[in-house]
Amino acid sequence: MSIRERLSGNEASAVAMRQINPDVVAAFPITPSTEIPQYFSTFVSNGSVDTEFVAVESEHSAMSACIGAEAAGGRAMTATSSNGLALMWEMIYIASSLRLPIVMPLVNRAISGPLNIHNDHSDAMGIRDSGWIMLFSETNQEAYDNLIMAHRIAEHKDVMLPLAVCQDGFITSHSIENIELIEDDKVKEFVGTYQPEHYLLNKKEPIAVGPMDLQAYLFEHKYQQAEAMRNAKKVILEVAKDFEKLTGRKYGLFEEYKTEDAEMIVVCMNSTAGTTKVVVDELREKGIKAGLLKIRVFRPFPVEEVAKALSHAKAIAILDKADSLNGAGGALFQDVTSAMYVNNIHVPAINYVYGIGGRDTTTKHIESVFDDLAEIVKTNTVTNPYRYLGLKKGGNQ
Amino acid sequence: MSDVKINVNSPVEELTPGGTIYEAGNAKCFTTGDWRSIKPVFLSEKCKQCGLCFPVCPENAIPVGKDLKRKDFNYDYCKGCGVCAKTCPFGAIEMKEEGED
Repeated sequence: MSIRERLSGNEASAVAMRQINPDVVAAFPITPSTEIPQYFSTFVSNGSVDTEFVAVESEHSAMSACIGAEAAGGRAMTATSSNGLALMWEMIYIASSLRLPIVMPLVNRAISGPLNIHNDHSDAMGIRDSGWIMLFSETNQEAYDNLIMAHRIAEHKDVMLPLAVCQDGFITSHSIENIELIEDDKVKEFVGTYQPEHYLLNKKEPIAVGPMDLQAYLFEHKYQQAEAMRNAKKVILEVAKDFEKLTGRKYGLFEEYKTEDAEMIVVCMNSTAGTTKVVVDELREKGIKAGLLKIRVFRPFPVEEVAKALSHAKAIAILDKADSLNGAGGALFQDVTSAMYVNNIHVPAINYVYGIGGRDTTTKHIESVFDDLAEIVKTNTVTNPYRYLGLKKGGNQ
Repeated sequence: MSDVKINVNSPVEELTPGGTIYEAGNAKCFTTGDWRSIKPVFLSEKCKQCGLCFPVCPENAIPVGKDLKRKDFNYDYCKGCGVCAKTCPFGAIEMKEEGED
């Protein structure tokens, strides 16, 4: 029997880490992820984990310590947010290029500046091309479940890539929700032990990690990373299948909520999916064919699957909780529209940048998105694909 | 000596993930002598076999025989740094532009 609990997203993540019992956790506090290493260090002090906790002096060092521990042959974890992730940036690429399956809860917060501690996805978008697998979580339950599945995905021999589990800062990280935990022994069995093929502390095989990699080699090593990322898609689904057998909770590359016959589909990630589900339900009661596609696996981006899932819609809106400031729409918008173009599917699509710096996004906002989509379906024209949701601006936007 | 089979023509399938090297002692496979722009020339007639030059060579490119006498340079690894020439009290090592004879 699973354990019913009431936990915040941060607590749930820390509990998952306790159950995983990694060899090393190296972390530096930053709002809103601070509670994860805080709760975890309590588990270390209480002796409920065997983990070596390294209280480093910066996030750059946190990721560096994780890289060292993982290369040595251990399982290493950290947690961060926003500018903490930005300070890690150099080492983020080292971790993925050295093929070290470090797992990290990433509690999403706006990247400064100006200084802001609240939720958007601008931190996560900064590492979207870094070779990390990125899972997004709507609820505390999903943040917990994604972490329990993380090592099986990251450490798979066809993958060997680091993995970030994203959740919305404060919105889920600090909100207490009902949650179903898996028993400690079942998690231990599910996650298994990490047995790397090559590692620094193997005295029978002296190895060199991270050598010079010039014109003759780097291209091929990047290709290997790209292949590993492509391989991850299959592994993520296999692990999800096993997880479903264990818990009954079903996970895919994305969640399709009432999309089968939907004419209008909203695509988004993390907690906004919950708000959108409420609106979809209300519209369905009125006989309006609305649906939601919630991306869980953002990296690798499930190009064919997303394109296929959206192919029958008459209009779609892609919601980006980070502005790419590029004059060409947010990152998710670009990924979704590029996936559709390459798969020869043409559906009118619009982009909304929303919720920046923790700006509240309510059901009213999502309703207005569906209203806009209904107008597009009716007129069959898209006047402006690059839109804003909840922005205070004079005149029409 | 290790037996690294990877070279500049190896296809992606043969490269190790992350470029990790699974064998020790393979610096020998990398002939850094190519980097040299000036080269030391050993003038054996001036050499007194005092033994000051070979310990300062960062590349271990001055071989010493069983007779404890230094031999000519190993140009596969000598980078031409010139430390040996500075150390020699007898002018038995002369630095010359690479390509000059």
